[in-house]
Amino acid sequence: MNMLTEGRPTKQDENLAVPDQGALKTHTGNRALMVDEPLIFETGSPDRSGVDLPEAPSVESRLGGLDRDEPISIPGLSEAEMVRHYTRLSRQNYAIDVGLFPLGSCTMKHNPRLNEKMARLKGFSDIHPLQPVDSVQGALGLIDELATWLKTLTGMPAVAMSPKAGAHGELCGILAIRSALEARGDAREVILVPESAHGTNPATAAFAGYKVEDIPANADGRVDLDALKARLGPDVAGVMITNPNTCGLFEPDMKAISDAVHDAGGLVYCDGANFNAIVGRVRPGDLGIDAMHINLHKTFSTPHGGGGPGSGPVVFSEALAPFAPLPFVEKTEDGHFHLVEEETAEDHHESSFGRMVAFHGQMGMFTRALTYMLSHGADGLKQVSEDAVLNANYVLRSLEDVLDAPFAKSGPCMHEALFSDNGFTNGLTTLDLAKGLIDEGYHPMTMYFPLVVHGAMLVEPTETESRAAIDQFIGALRSVAERAKAGDELLKSAPHFAPRRRLDETQAARKPILVWQEPEEYAEAAE
Amino acid sequence: MRYLPLTPNDRQDMLATIGANSIDELFVDVPEDARLDGPIRDLPMHAGEMAVEAHMKKLAKNNSAAGDMPFFLGAGAYRHHVPASVDHIIQRGEFLTAYTPYQPEIAQGTLQTLFEFQTQVARLFGVDVANASMYDGSTACWEAIVMARRITKRGKAVLSSGLHPHYVSVAKTMARFTKDQLVSEAPTLEAATDGADLLDQIDDDTSCVVVQYPDILGRIGDMSALAEKAHSHKALLIAVVTEPVALGAIKSPGQMGADIVVGEGQSLGVGLQFGGPYVGLFGCKQKYVRQMPGRLCGETMDSEGKRGFVLTLSTREQHIRREKATSNICTNSGLCALAFTAHMTLLGEKGLRELAMLNHKKAVVAADRLASIDGVSLLNESFFNEFTLVLDKDTRPIVRKLADQKILAGVSLGRLYPEEGALAHGLIVAVTETSSDEDVEALATALEGELA
Repeated sequence: MNMLTEGRPTKQDENLAVPDQGALKTHTGNRALMVDEPLIFETGSPDRSGVDLPEAPSVESRLGGLDRDEPISIPGLSEAEMVRHYTRLSRQNYAIDVGLFPLGSCTMKHNPRLNEKMARLKGFSDIHPLQPVDSVQGALGLIDELATWLKTLTGMPAVAMSPKAGAHGELCGILAIRSALEARGDAREVILVPESAHGTNPATAAFAGYKVEDIPANADGRVDLDALKARLGPDVAGVMITNPNTCGLFEPDMKAISDAVHDAGGLVYCDGANFNAIVGRVRPGDLGIDAMHINLHKTFSTPHGGGGPGSGPVVFSEALAPFAPLPFVEKTEDGHFHLVEEETAEDHHESSFGRMVAFHGQMGMFTRALTYMLSHGADGLKQVSEDAVLNANYVLRSLEDVLDAPFAKSGPCMHEALFSDNGFTNGLTTLDLAKGLIDEGYHPMTMYFPLVVHGAMLVEPTETESRAAIDQFIGALRSVAERAKAGDELLKSAPHFAPRRRLDETQAARKPILVWQEPEEYAEAAE
Repeated sequence: MRYLPLTPNDRQDMLATIGANSIDELFVDVPEDARLDGPIRDLPMHAGEMAVEAHMKKLAKNNSAAGDMPFFLGAGAYRHHVPASVDHIIQRGEFLTAYTPYQPEIAQGTLQTLFEFQTQVARLFGVDVANASMYDGSTACWEAIVMARRITKRGKAVLSSGLHPHYVSVAKTMARFTKDQLVSEAPTLEAATDGADLLDQIDDDTSCVVVQYPDILGRIGDMSALAEKAHSHKALLIAVVTEPVALGAIKSPGQMGADIVVGEGQSLGVGLQFGGPYVGLFGCKQKYVRQMPGRLCGETMDSEGKRGFVLTLSTREQHIRREKATSNICTNSGLCALAFTAHMTLLGEKGLRELAMLNHKKAVVAADRLASIDGVSLLNESFFNEFTLVLDKDTRPIVRKLADQKILAGVSLGRLYPEEGALAHGLIVAVTETSSDEDVEALATALEGELA
């Protein structure tokens, strides 16, 4: 008999006369709370609406003769139906609110609800980005205050607030590097990226017009400093390094790397995706970097929202600060906040590389992130990184006997633990283990990343999990890992208990169906 | 600390399991001189909910909220009424705190919603397909220009003078680094759009012509001739829609031949939020789908034959293709896309058409009232819910002064085009369903006072 953590006894009675689940069919196909939900195109109607609007004034329209003369064919639902539709859909989602979400490098920590409440204050949510600056002094003050936190936490002198997400922040940093080099008449063409880097790093460098070359990793999962030094030269604009890196390890040579790059005339971009491991404890500015983006939706708890919106402010060194994008906020001596944009930038900031987004960035995320920072304070943020690192090391040491941990011998990890599929039998893969974990009630870890480890599994528990929650997760992962090593055939068809079984991704890509089509169109397509 | 569950005892026990004597031992790889010994100086210590709320409220109070006064700003961000149920849905923890749906078996909620979103956007724009959203309209616009370069293998983009100046700025910033050639001019204060002038700019080197619809001054121009001319030179027409509600009243860009349609979806469900987060809309013709940036959700089946949805065509994306990806974009604007879709689902075609006509006709009434003021003329012959007034003096100081009187009058063209003296007398005024007759009258009276 097992004990649930609440202390209530539970057991599975093997003699209980319950019919085989597979044989038991319901009339609807539903299983109690697991209810399938049709698409709005199948239940709604273009004639139905969930809003009541006042009548329009009776005047002639002035649409230039371009009145819409074709059906829009967007169905509507009443409010009652709309709420039920999306509530039912929501229940088919895993989420942090539902359980531990161990996605490595994604920092799926609890999203405090005070953040949501503050973001909805009308003084933040109901102001227009082009209101006269005197009517939005509080908003500009908030941006300035958040900027101060970010600069202080990173030990960097400047920050660009407008990038919309992490990858957009990377782009901001690389454009600043390129601008700084061009300003000194130095047209370098190559950005070096470690082979363990996240895919956005090389994509960003290419999007900004650079050639990308790999830097190899050494046997410890770190950047090979000698290989890097050998490649540096007059054609290298800079490096993009993730620290802590994507193997979950701190780069102990970070300062030496920065010094070598600077000596060769290049600049250092640091991917700040893993800042949660060191926030409040280590300042990246002390490690010689020139630019780093900060994912407010990771370290500073703004919600991931099923894939965004993110927010990616970028801190800069003195060398890059003059090239920061427009717009930004400046505080004048009398305490007034001034918005530097096209209208006001001509006198100074002429070296800014320009605007990279309409308006001022992700204000709704700024309010949430500042609320979080004020809640934790400098002491709390230090505790955040300590607990995040403690939880990850606890997972690493609790599972290294059953799962291969390729870098565990080289010392402690940071905020995420890396395992490989070494030892799985019967053709079972990391994917199979992940799907088995779904049946145990967990979202899987990050899989097949970083690419330098075979069948990689990157587990990041975060600091907002209790010890009991982590122990339960460890138990579940241990069990599935043992099944993978024993060659359990049933893992190949997992998940068995999720709202859907494995989905055919090959078919989805071969003949993409990206919008709903009337049933007759489907029939034609099949012919 | 209310978000941290570990107790001191937990920490000691866990360190023992790890085999470390202290937390410091876990940070052994950090060079000693980079390790801080205490909390970072110059920042406050932790605070309870009440204290944090008081601090944030103080900041919030120091802003003039649009709902508290007559409000007429637009120019790429519009104030619409968002039904209460929309905000309820996006605060469902299962949506709010979910990750990107990379594990489709336990993410059908997000995925099915994205599929509905893509279909709604495609139908609204009159194109075959749409993606799962971009950061915002301005970045979607640049991505469309890059996509046209990939398709046509040409590097010259012709931008309409009616394209939002921030969108132009974003494109110029990027083009400087990518060596794309942009043809672009500031608008002139005329009733007609620049459609006829653009026709002459399209040649065999042109990758695309980019036209905002309705444009920054609110004018609505037929894009059919531009599409035809572009296609005759094997170039693409990119239409940009910053006010999607307009498409409940006017022809879709797809109907006029646009190949790629991008836009800002903020108007539906999202709210003003001082400029972000917003939601970029991106649709195109089916034949270009493999050149699209961003996430795409597609329909498929599970191993039991049940319909389900997955992220698809990811071989275009950075996590697979790395430096050869169609874009470096990694997120979409998922929660804002959900808000857009929930709002659109409440409206339906009937509600959208009604909302659009309500906006338009209120704007017609307001435009005539404001144009009746001495020293004010209406530039537009056609418009949706936004029009340009030409005053007999610089509008920037007037806008600031009226804001001090708690009237948010509109967006001065001088702020958007500081280098174009000829535009300084222009004022863009937006009128939506949230603007009352009293609001319009208050603005008219205040303007009369300023111009008397």
